[in-house]
Amino acid sequence: MAPWAAYAIVGVGALIMIAPFYFMFVFATQSRTEIFNLPPPLWFGNDLWDNLQILTERLPFWRNLWWSFYVAVASTVLTLLFCSMAGYAFALMEFRYKNLLFLLVMTTMLLPSFMNMIPTFLIMDWLGWIDTHRALYIPTAANAFGIFLMRQFATTSVPRELIEAARMDGCGEMGIYWRIVLPLMRPALGTLGLITFIASWNNFIGPLIVMRSADNYTLPLALRSLQTTMNTEWGALMTGSAIATIPLLILFAISSRQLIAGLTAGAVK
Amino acid sequence: MRLPNALRLSPRWAPYVLISPFLILFGIFGVFPLGFSLYLAFQSWEPTSGLEAMRYVGLENFAFALEDAWFWKSLKNTGWLALMSGVPQHLVAIPLAAFIHLSFKRLRDGMVGAYFVPYITSTVAIAIMFSSLFSTDFGLINAGLNGLFGWENIDWLGQPEYVKPAIAMIVFWRFLGFNVVLYLAALQTIPKDLYEAATMDGASKLQQFWYITLPGLRPMIFFGVTLSVIGGLQLFEEPFILTGGNGGPDQSGMTSAVYLYRMAFDFNDFGGASAMSWILFAVVALLTWITNRALRPKGPQA
Repeated sequence: MAPWAAYAIVGVGALIMIAPFYFMFVFATQSRTEIFNLPPPLWFGNDLWDNLQILTERLPFWRNLWWSFYVAVASTVLTLLFCSMAGYAFALMEFRYKNLLFLLVMTTMLLPSFMNMIPTFLIMDWLGWIDTHRALYIPTAANAFGIFLMRQFATTSVPRELIEAARMDGCGEMGIYWRIVLPLMRPALGTLGLITFIASWNNFIGPLIVMRSADNYTLPLALRSLQTTMNTEWGALMTGSAIATIPLLILFAISSRQLIAGLTAGAVK
Repeated sequence: MRLPNALRLSPRWAPYVLISPFLILFGIFGVFPLGFSLYLAFQSWEPTSGLEAMRYVGLENFAFALEDAWFWKSLKNTGWLALMSGVPQHLVAIPLAAFIHLSFKRLRDGMVGAYFVPYITSTVAIAIMFSSLFSTDFGLINAGLNGLFGWENIDWLGQPEYVKPAIAMIVFWRFLGFNVVLYLAALQTIPKDLYEAATMDGASKLQQFWYITLPGLRPMIFFGVTLSVIGGLQLFEEPFILTGGNGGPDQSGMTSAVYLYRMAFDFNDFGGASAMSWILFAVVALLTWITNRALRPKGPQA
């Protein structure tokens, strides 16, 4: 096969991969009737404003957007804090049952996600957390992958001698964590932060199980509730989907290398 | 700032303080649910009637699941989807990664990025997008197939035999780039001089791919296929959105995870759903083990 043919195939493949995004943005600017014209629109229209209006009439869209941000930020902050603390301890400290605990945490990483669906709902019910956002960002902070990543990074990048020296100089244990370990872990914190934010932003099963009122929905659940109505407003739905996708595309554009490395870290190492 | 000595954390206790926030959450939301779900699997219970209404029924839930035609149907659907979305991913990702590895220098990041980006975007937004692309009379996919091959319009989401292929296409699209990245990482570990020596000996590019690249990728193929099997058996969001949450015509798009959800939240049978989740877990474990046996690299563990 001529090399140019191989280049062409790979290039066309790449275009096919990003085509759905392109059409999502094109359809976001078209009315419902225009989207289902034959042939379908291939270029941007001028119904973006109308679509946005329909979207905000049918959904508390801005609230849903805000909750998505709120939950993603809260989830990220908690995950970074708890996983860096525990990851540091697992990497550089000695304590009882350390290896056993670590093994247990890693084993749960392999468990299928559907195993937790039912009991999690019941726990949230007992805690009275149904229809609250706590139910979304607190459980995610117990992130086994986060522990794996943090421990891995702390083992290779936080020198034991530095910690010993700080201890000799009278720095407290929390001070060591906060002023020495945390700054050294910054690259790994960035990666885990990105991954956690994206996972929370995209989370669908969590809110599907615990959220009840449309005012509290995060974006994925809100969009899907719009999809299941009669006479689906496809234009508005595409506008909403595009708005839900833009932050992810921006994050990816800024940090694709770091993100790709982080997301495949468990596999590659 | 220095704290008074009495308030300072001693190095002996520090690790316990550091791990406890994680460990408490992990216990409540990670370990306890598993134990509780195992307990529930042996109970008959509708949560609306309160905890007192729980009744021990032994293996009844398991027996019921194994006699349930829908459960078997969902298993078959899941297996079909895992296979038909998983195998093509690797068949395409391996040569694609090998080609990108050899032939792209400056454009490499952009290329990899284009293939990878579906992996990070919201499954829900994507599934919604695809349900419009798959629409029968006016969807772009039918328009494209019609223009290219002159095919008649296909009712992708309305006819039982087309629902699964539609879902498999989306899953393929979403995970292809992830696998490409895995294989690219593995390709970097294959020594360059192997190819040089082979070229000197007159081996063609195809022979090099067959005798050097593929064997070198074997550990990653093993790992990547295992991940695809585990992931494919858990499919939930794509089938859920594309079939309107109920499995689609004739339950042809109902995966086991979707059925599990419906069993609990639509039919209110939490005991039955828990039993089902453990049967599924056994299936996932068994299939992972089989993949492991079939593909594990021989010789010293990589």
